[in-house]
Amino acid sequence: MTSDGGTPPSRPSTSGLSDDAALRIFRTMCTIRSAEDRIVLGLNSGEFRMTYYGVRGQEVIPAAVCEHLRRDDYMVTTYRGMHDCIAKGIPLDELVAEMCGKVTGTSKGKGGPMHLSDPQSGLMVTTGVVGGGLPIAVGLALSSKLRGTDQVTVVNFGDGATSIGATHEACNLAALWEVPVIFVCQHNQYGEHTRFADFTRTRSLADRFRGYGMEARTVDGNSVPAMDEAAGEAIGRARDGGGPTFLECMTYRLGGHTFGSTTEYMDADEYSRAEADEPVARYRRWLIGDRGIGEGVLHEIEDDVAARVEEAVAAAKAAAPPGADELFTDVFSSQGDLPG
Amino acid sequence: MMDRRSQEPAGAPEDPAITMSEAVNQALDLAMAEDPEVFVIGEDIEDPIGGVMKGTKGLSTRYGRERVRNTPISEQAIVGAAIGASLAGMRPVAEVMLMDFFAVAMDQVANHAAKLRYMSGGRTNVPITIRTSVGGGRQFGAQHSQSLEAWMMHTPGLKVVVPSTPRDAKGLLYSCIFDDDPCIFMETMSLLFIRGPVPAGRFELPLGVADVKRAGEDATVVTWGWQVPEALAAAEVLSAEGISVEVLDLRTLVPLDKEAILASAAKTGRVVVVHAATQFAGPGAEIASMVSHDLFGRLSAPVERLGAVYSPVPYASGLEARHYPERTRIAECIRALVGHS
Repeated sequence: MTSDGGTPPSRPSTSGLSDDAALRIFRTMCTIRSAEDRIVLGLNSGEFRMTYYGVRGQEVIPAAVCEHLRRDDYMVTTYRGMHDCIAKGIPLDELVAEMCGKVTGTSKGKGGPMHLSDPQSGLMVTTGVVGGGLPIAVGLALSSKLRGTDQVTVVNFGDGATSIGATHEACNLAALWEVPVIFVCQHNQYGEHTRFADFTRTRSLADRFRGYGMEARTVDGNSVPAMDEAAGEAIGRARDGGGPTFLECMTYRLGGHTFGSTTEYMDADEYSRAEADEPVARYRRWLIGDRGIGEGVLHEIEDDVAARVEEAVAAAKAAAPPGADELFTDVFSSQGDLPG
Repeated sequence: MMDRRSQEPAGAPEDPAITMSEAVNQALDLAMAEDPEVFVIGEDIEDPIGGVMKGTKGLSTRYGRERVRNTPISEQAIVGAAIGASLAGMRPVAEVMLMDFFAVAMDQVANHAAKLRYMSGGRTNVPITIRTSVGGGRQFGAQHSQSLEAWMMHTPGLKVVVPSTPRDAKGLLYSCIFDDDPCIFMETMSLLFIRGPVPAGRFELPLGVADVKRAGEDATVVTWGWQVPEALAAAEVLSAEGISVEVLDLRTLVPLDKEAILASAAKTGRVVVVHAATQFAGPGAEIASMVSHDLFGRLSAPVERLGAVYSPVPYASGLEARHYPERTRIAECIRALVGHS
């Protein structure tokens, strides 16, 4: 989908992706989809409770981006970020346990679904504040520049975040300082419960952010070859000292703002079309039709990730919640510094 | 707190007299020389300006513009960038030109810097220091004069430091930079260019330790920052009237030296908490509550508070003088406390 909602120009079906990379991306996308489906099932049945911001429809973006990232590269994301966390490599057991508020979670159950982080995997911050992650990403990227390493930082956010001040301060500073950061705008057409066209007259976000003096482009965020190429180029440039890039990744949020919230403000025909062309099935067709990958190979991956997700859910359900003593830990480095 | 208290080195009369601004500069210089992971970002901090309050004067010349980085007028980006670099293990010192401008950066300060350690279950931490100038008493009006320490104290996860002397500024800033938590370091504008003895070379003061700036028997003034010299002036006047006043300079508000407050309050039995922050729902309320609760029945008078009045800071000098507590009102308050029985 392009920024004006039309059909994207047709792309050649060949790409620079090796079969191994193509299948790794498929595995990541399936893990994300499987986790989402399992969480929604559990929430619908009352098996567990959590605040959940769905990522259905946005699986391609982090799966393709992370194919170009190393473990020691940094990532920052937002509350609609489970897909980013999975793609960057947060262990599934710890991720699901955190979302269920268990002591075995990434944050011992003290962060929750909106605050997933795991520096071991390079996922440094998940913020619950729209746009709040961008200035932090600039700082992470600055650390690489100051230390002379070739690490890059990717920050994910939605089109809704392009209206808030922090985003603009961060983009201006990143361009000024030429730090190795990639601004991945997951343009899913909605900012919370408001359509893109109802919160800005801008048609191309890439055009707007190019004005800060950095590379910017619009890419089909539901196409693996397109995302792979764009992410590879942007990340390569950042790693080579070429500064930041703004990627406007066109996608569609296949769900309401949060689990259980209405979709009545979304155009029904548009939604149906997006669902009919949803990216996991689309990529599956491409792997079979254009890449000649056998369906059996894909089945094996799908079954394997479903089993892993089920194990993670079972482990999370069996795990203990954090003890009362955790209330006062991690406020400061030392509990002795707590006032009162 | 006892172990920390014993860490404090004694001052020496032969220490050179420098301003608080110069003391801040020395602490930054020391930290940058010692640790390549320390860097400084903020508006107009490079030479030749060297910071509008001169705290970073000479540093960009000495350490280069990579480590002393001018920024656009972007407080969210300044604080956010410091947070990000600190998550990677660096020790950034951000300068927010005036404390009033925290209002612009407060999402980064309160929702991110303060909470990331907790939200990550201790997997990440934010060892940043945010230096900021605090106006007041200088006719800068309502948006350049606020003492916003209560706002910081009310946000779990932030350490809040307010030196009143050049010596304390040097030692405390050094400690903030190497502390593993986010520290808000408030530099009171009206004290920045007053000279006082400061030890040369490496000098560190522990956070969370109050300092008795003047010992006394009849009443205690619990205070910090620019009200410390006002309290000392009031104590001097009252001394001539035969009233012995203890002035306890908290120096850091979080961590709070509860032990020192209670010890002084128990000794004198009469306490007034004085601060430039708004009195209503201010830090004084917390401290007064703590003293009244813990020393219930052992005080000679109810705990008093003197803070800024409940209004934006006015411009006209006559009005501004009535806005903040000052030596005359502090002295009146103490006379009333002592007269209480």
